[in-house]
Amino acid sequence: MRLLTHNMLSSNIKGVTNGFPLRIEAEKVVEKTVEMNPDFLKKMFDKIQWKAFVDGSRAMGFTELPEEVDSSVLESDEFLSRFHHALLELHLEEGALVCPETGRRFPVNKGIPNMLLHEDEV
Amino acid sequence: MLLNVDQSNPELESISSLQITTKVNNNKMASKKIRTAQIRLMSSHQEVYEPCDDSFALVDALLADCSNLLKHCPALCMEIGCGSGYVITSLALMLGQEGLGVNYIATDINPHAVSVTRETLNAHGVDAELIITDIASGLEKRLAGLVDVIVVNPPYVPTPEDEVGADGITASWAGGENGRCVIDRILPVADHLLSEKGWLYMVTLTANNPSEICLQMREKGYASRIVIQRSTEEESLHIIKFWRDSDIEVFKNEKVMTEKSVPARLMDYVLTQFPLFSFWRSSDSDNKLIQRNPVHTDLDAKDLLRIQFHPVSHSLQSVRYENFDLWGTLGIMSFCYKCS
Repeated sequence: MRLLTHNMLSSNIKGVTNGFPLRIEAEKVVEKTVEMNPDFLKKMFDKIQWKAFVDGSRAMGFTELPEEVDSSVLESDEFLSRFHHALLELHLEEGALVCPETGRRFPVNKGIPNMLLHEDEV
Repeated sequence: MLLNVDQSNPELESISSLQITTKVNNNKMASKKIRTAQIRLMSSHQEVYEPCDDSFALVDALLADCSNLLKHCPALCMEIGCGSGYVITSLALMLGQEGLGVNYIATDINPHAVSVTRETLNAHGVDAELIITDIASGLEKRLAGLVDVIVVNPPYVPTPEDEVGADGITASWAGGENGRCVIDRILPVADHLLSEKGWLYMVTLTANNPSEICLQMREKGYASRIVIQRSTEEESLHIIKFWRDSDIEVFKNEKVMTEKSVPARLMDYVLTQFPLFSFWRSSDSDNKLIQRNPVHTDLDAKDLLRIQFHPVSHSLQSVRYENFDLWGTLGIMSFCYKCS
């Protein structure tokens, strides 16, 4: 699971009002190099909730993202390459996503988060 | 101004053949240059639906529309219910990966299916983000309005309600009453997730009442067209493409105007425009708008050509063609052309 996906996921448990962001518990993180596309990064930059993204990247061991950003950072190639790396090249292979409100853990195995709910959570 | 036109005009009869020719050409083009998932590279599991006629029809529809998809430049593509991964893998092979700015997300309620999809993607050297979830649960809040292409081969087989969403492979086909149980849950989610330019491709069965699905989507502002219709021994499949269309609102609100004859010269002009028309299906909720051709033969009675002119400048505004029988079980077939 990439941080791009993490940034799009919320806790879906019934009654939870503030299910975003899910806290990452990382047991195993892998890196897979992919080609960079600046246009995609610029498009996604506006859609990313930055704090959740920075916290997520730290939980996965990557600490080179700035705490605060505005759109001027997109001019910097150095920023783009870090953003690209954190967004698309880091994968949470084993671990969990934790609901910020209830503490319920959604397991991530072989890179795949399991968001299925128990009957009493739907 | 509104008029009905005699359907015996040969120009009109040539429309469907012309459209088919285009599709065949697209397919040929696609098969030369564009790869789809290969069966020999597919992973499998006893609890996972294997690629079948419906999967092939959906991928063929994507292939037939491939040049449009490439021009569409989607950033995020999604499959709801990825099963063996045949469709999302084919889409990723067709449209390319991160370097081209395209990313993929696929979901399935069956954990085995998601694992099989991972293996199928790997075997083809492509990647997608996979999530085990019910439709798009957990994604609806943050992914709203961001997805440019959604593909769905839903569980569409009419079954008892209690089989819907059951464990294992049953969830891949059990569709409840009229096979619509899951489809009717997916449609509002797709509407919510699709971006302004978003497209939805969905497999339906005749028993699902696709024309009603199109009407429902029309109320949400979507135009639709059948990309592929295919009958197998067991079922008749339609792959329908939906897209947001601001013109839908125009037609909803339009009033019937008086019918007048139009000079032949103008009619000729209108008919020469036919190759430009795109097919799309729809039906009017307001019966007043559906004017059947009054000419006597059976065929003529099923067709309507409605042409609208600007009330002041008399310039051509829109042409609309409806055929009540062309798609047989589907009811009304129509296309519309709006002049800028």
